[in-house]
Amino acid sequence: MTDSTIKDKIGQFPRKLEDESIYIMREVAAQFERPALLFSGGKDSITLVRLAQKAFFPGKIPFPLVHIDTGHNFPETIEFRDWLAKETGAELIVRYVQDSINQGKAKEETGKYASRNVLQTVTLLDTIEEFKFDACIGGARRDEEKARAKERIFSVRDDFGQWDAKRQRPELFDMLNGRIAVGENVRVFPISNWTELDVWNYIKEEKMEIPSIYFSHQRQVIERDGMLWADSEYLNKEADEIPFEATVRFRTVGDMTCTAAVESDAVEIDIIIEEILSAEISERGARIDDKRSEAAMEKRKQQGYF
Amino acid sequence: MDILRIATAGSVDDGKSTLIGRLLYETNSITKDKIEALESASKRKGLDFLDLSLLTDGLIAEREQGITIDVAHIYFSTPTRKYIIADTPGHVEYTRNMVTGASNAKVSLILVDARQGVVEQTARHLSIAALLRIPKVIVCVNKMDLVQYDKAKFEAIKDSLSSLVAQTTFEGQEISFLPISSLFGQNITQAADKMPWYQGNTLLGELEAFEFAESLAHAPARFPVQWVIRPKTEEYHDYRGYAGKISSGTFQVGDVIKALPTGQESTIASIEKFGEQLERAVAGDSIVITLTTDVDISRGNSLVLASDTQAPQLKDFTAHICWLDHQALSPGKTYLLQHGVNLTKAKISQITERLDVVAQTSSQDVDSLKLNEIGGIQLRTAQPIMADVYAENPSNGAFILIDEFSNSTVGVGFIK
Repeated sequence: MTDSTIKDKIGQFPRKLEDESIYIMREVAAQFERPALLFSGGKDSITLVRLAQKAFFPGKIPFPLVHIDTGHNFPETIEFRDWLAKETGAELIVRYVQDSINQGKAKEETGKYASRNVLQTVTLLDTIEEFKFDACIGGARRDEEKARAKERIFSVRDDFGQWDAKRQRPELFDMLNGRIAVGENVRVFPISNWTELDVWNYIKEEKMEIPSIYFSHQRQVIERDGMLWADSEYLNKEADEIPFEATVRFRTVGDMTCTAAVESDAVEIDIIIEEILSAEISERGARIDDKRSEAAMEKRKQQGYF
Repeated sequence: MDILRIATAGSVDDGKSTLIGRLLYETNSITKDKIEALESASKRKGLDFLDLSLLTDGLIAEREQGITIDVAHIYFSTPTRKYIIADTPGHVEYTRNMVTGASNAKVSLILVDARQGVVEQTARHLSIAALLRIPKVIVCVNKMDLVQYDKAKFEAIKDSLSSLVAQTTFEGQEISFLPISSLFGQNITQAADKMPWYQGNTLLGELEAFEFAESLAHAPARFPVQWVIRPKTEEYHDYRGYAGKISSGTFQVGDVIKALPTGQESTIASIEKFGEQLERAVAGDSIVITLTTDVDISRGNSLVLASDTQAPQLKDFTAHICWLDHQALSPGKTYLLQHGVNLTKAKISQITERLDVVAQTSSQDVDSLKLNEIGGIQLRTAQPIMADVYAENPSNGAFILIDEFSNSTVGVGFIK
């Protein structure tokens, strides 16, 4: 894209998207007994928290925020999570992947690509069972990935959290059918129809706070497979992978072991938005977990991943 | 910035996925890594051009069979509009998906293969677009490259569709015809240099120019209550706000309203959105309404203007229905009917007809409706629903039927 087409494309946030998402939030509260909002600390789940605030204002958010802590999060994310829970007065529930590993329910991966991304499904399903959550709100968007393009807003999962693309309920007009059998639960995606740009424009228009790692900063990184990886004690480095300092930011926030950084000087949200539009690489392209195979996402979803 | 929702439909091989891929490609909606993935996948298939259809054929089964089996949502935007495409499969057996994908659409894109002309599916799509009151239909005559961009071919297809269009269309529906080639980018976002005889809009030009008048704002005012907000805090001790999304019309502070089904009247004290005070709100706005007096209102109730004597409360009514489930509709069985956010039991007393949307005929002697069939039913609900006739107020005239035991959404109805 040329500079002029980029400038052309920076539009406004389509406000109708917010109305639709707020509607979905209210349907969740009304149709389910024990909903929860799955909070990752990333910009999409931060957007969800804002939408939930708006949906029930001046009342409080009528469900807890749940964070599945892999132990490999960026410290900035954890700090932000705690701040946001305090700021909104929402209840925060944290469960740890480390506990699932200690209980022998999950096994740490080995090798240089080891990450806890897949492991968190185990902890998530245990948490759903522990609190008997019947609906979990997540920040997935259909524009992120091909398998997600077919996801419903109310996505019914069986006892094992599994997604069956062929058994999905048709969703007509704005009517959401959240009826489920005992043991089943629903994953709800209120920002299904938002694109990455919509999320950023919303954050900008709403003047929302986001974790500092989204903005340019100095960080020790290594280069691997043409991408920059944050150096940390959790990353299994090879001998020739020598950390060096770079000026980077993150476009998406997952674990330190599976989120690549991009070189950037962007310290303001406007510049981030311009960068997104001119980006040569799509958002999930910076997620190493999707690179494992072309159908990686669909396979993980069938197993209960978000 | 507004949002325009488009439903695409076509037969198996008429190049719908390629058309969408082309739209994304030419509006700069595809990033470099995705194009690279496309290049290598195209090469693996032994193609010497970019197979743009691979962009949208998402599921593993689809990639294996090379067909689209479910509704996929695709996004692109221009400086003026955000577009959402519901890409629905065009197989005969997938009327269900077509109706689902089209239920939110303001534009229906129908593809016709220039070599084959009008096929059964074309009639099906036009009928469904009419049943769902989709205000604009664009018929894309695709693969013009394979008929040497012949004007006569295009005109012949247009002519052969005219009687069908006349049968299905309704007053106010816009229908346009475009000759295109998705594969070679003719008339998608750029004028077709191979078809100088065509002077009309490109496909994107047609979409950008379409004004879907916010007619909804002028429709009767309907506000279904989703959730009652009662903070019970010091600051908001007696606060009682009715949260919901206006389904049609306009509400203003000071309006005298009545709550249905009870009929109790009150006056709108405030219209709020996250602390912001609004003077008025229109169809599509998610808001909170507070009233000047205490009225007993709960989820599923509807607010309408007190002066609105036409505001309907239906218990016995007829509807068109599209059946969505493998288990056929059986008269006499009780289902759950969901109209907006309101849920009540419903019994189908009679199936009045089955429509043949291809032949444009109907048969009256019907005892069941199977998956993908469209018919007419007579039904009775346990509680009244505050629904309008679909053709008059589409945003308040549709409902879904839910099977009480499987919890599946088994049918979608359009009130007659």
